[in-house]
Amino acid sequence: MIVKGKTFKYGNNIDTDVIIPARYLNTSEPDELAKYCMEDIDKNFSKKVQKGDIIVGCKNFGCGSSREHAPIAIKASGISCVIAESFGRIFYRNSFNIGLPIIESAEASRQIEKDDEVEIDFETGKIHNITKNEVYMAAPFPEFIRKIIYSDGLVGYVKDKIYNKMPEEKI
Amino acid sequence: MSMTMTQKILAAHCGKEMVKPGEFIEIDLDMVLGNDITTPVAIKEFWKMDAKEVFDKEKISIVLDHFTPNKDIRSAQQSKACRDFAKQMQIKHFYDVGKMGVEHALLPEKGIVKAGDAIIGADSHTCTYGALGAFSTGTGSTDMAAGMATGKAWIKIPEAIKVTVSGEPSKYVCGKDVILHLIGMIGVEGALYKSIEFCGDGIKNLSMDDRFTIANMAVEAGAKNGIFPVDEKTIEYMDERVNKAYEIFDADNNAAYEKEIEINLSDLRPIVAFPHLPENTKTIDEAEKENINIDQVVIGSCTNGRIEDMRMAARIMKGKTINENVRTIIIPATQDVYMQCIQEGLIDIFIQSGAVVSTPTCGPCLGGYMGILASGERAITTTNRNFVGRMGHIASEVYLASPAVAAASAIAGKIAGPESV
Repeated sequence: MIVKGKTFKYGNNIDTDVIIPARYLNTSEPDELAKYCMEDIDKNFSKKVQKGDIIVGCKNFGCGSSREHAPIAIKASGISCVIAESFGRIFYRNSFNIGLPIIESAEASRQIEKDDEVEIDFETGKIHNITKNEVYMAAPFPEFIRKIIYSDGLVGYVKDKIYNKMPEEKI
Repeated sequence: MSMTMTQKILAAHCGKEMVKPGEFIEIDLDMVLGNDITTPVAIKEFWKMDAKEVFDKEKISIVLDHFTPNKDIRSAQQSKACRDFAKQMQIKHFYDVGKMGVEHALLPEKGIVKAGDAIIGADSHTCTYGALGAFSTGTGSTDMAAGMATGKAWIKIPEAIKVTVSGEPSKYVCGKDVILHLIGMIGVEGALYKSIEFCGDGIKNLSMDDRFTIANMAVEAGAKNGIFPVDEKTIEYMDERVNKAYEIFDADNNAAYEKEIEINLSDLRPIVAFPHLPENTKTIDEAEKENINIDQVVIGSCTNGRIEDMRMAARIMKGKTINENVRTIIIPATQDVYMQCIQEGLIDIFIQSGAVVSTPTCGPCLGGYMGILASGERAITTTNRNFVGRMGHIASEVYLASPAVAAASAIAGKIAGPESV
């Protein structure tokens, strides 16, 4: 799978409280959550974001609360991938579980600037910064994570494995 | 090869003799937890998995604690979704208003989590139960859904940081100061993806309530879990509450750790974490010099809403009057803690000094309700996060501290240590 889009760039420790503030947690409707995504750190995010765009963070992106509403809001905003040097661990698993692709790459996180146009190939881990004409390589996903990605998230994985009794190697 | 305490519990829950850091496994779960914010999402995903029934109705806990008693119509709808599902599935450990408390104070108190367990919860502070010698970690709602359906969760085996605790804390130093000190040392991503394993002869000088507070905030250093060895205090705590067999795991003597840290409790001072990260720590002596006026104090939460926290706050506030510029909100974390506060006369002390006392709720900690901050306002609280906008307006500020420091600050009207009031 290849995605391409313009980037939004943020700093270290972007926590899930700023990705989707608790005042909006009285709903779990993705489109509703998307309206307020990143509001407390980037007021106009929801107006500017286009389908396919990419978020680039630095260290510990998505730290804090376990709220799945955070990756749900990002995904429903149309974001195709989040790149960061590292992720908060619950955000990391939530993203794969709900089918939001995320990539760890210190180099990409350092080099990519706001509004760069970037293309990502999930098969090879190649991150192409079209604006700067640079290529960064991310480590391939671990095999187990691949299975979850190929099943479109944990729901698909559980469905395939448990309820459709699909053999592990076919997932 | 030898294993850490966490690795041993995980190996035992996936039927392996040995596990290695970095390995992906699927573990059998002893408890799956959710609250009124995260469970509604999990229920939707549960049905999408084509699941018909939960794997074990005695191994799921649903606690309505975040926006309850419900703050608005949407929150009421979410609670109703949880309530209906719990009834339909005959979930044994379902806690609604009247029985509920802040989840991570409630589950240990009810004896439904115990040493040796593997626990996931759709709430980041699920790591609290590491205080009992369990593996417990925060996950998302989809993990909760998969856990409810299959009784399993996927886990990457973590490396560990070893924290050796020695010495004895002074009068006003408690678990909160230990964990804030540690987060100040290693930073909010200092333990990212890792376990924090506590050991050393100083642990015997930490009460169970101290240990719950410490394990609770392991996630604020990025950790997967924080864990304590089981000792006499743990056994005494569990024997009063748990009516099932539990298993005690110990780290191997030659287990490998990614890093080793030492903390001497005798050297610690009360700590305050300044906005907007829990790693921005200063000692109370440094903080007092800055003369920081405050508008609100909150004493409660899954971090510091237990009986010892209430006793400490009462000890400081007894016979004193809260500063006229400060609103003080005290929230015993569970119904039992609340009743104990009444029996011990603590509620009288709080109200006489000018505080309000609330039914259990997570409310203000995450800026839900029951104490939202306006622009430019400043709070000192015993909760766990001081991120931008965490308790209200993005231009408000949150300082994290122990119940002793929060109570003293309420009296002083500015950030102050218990020795100063």
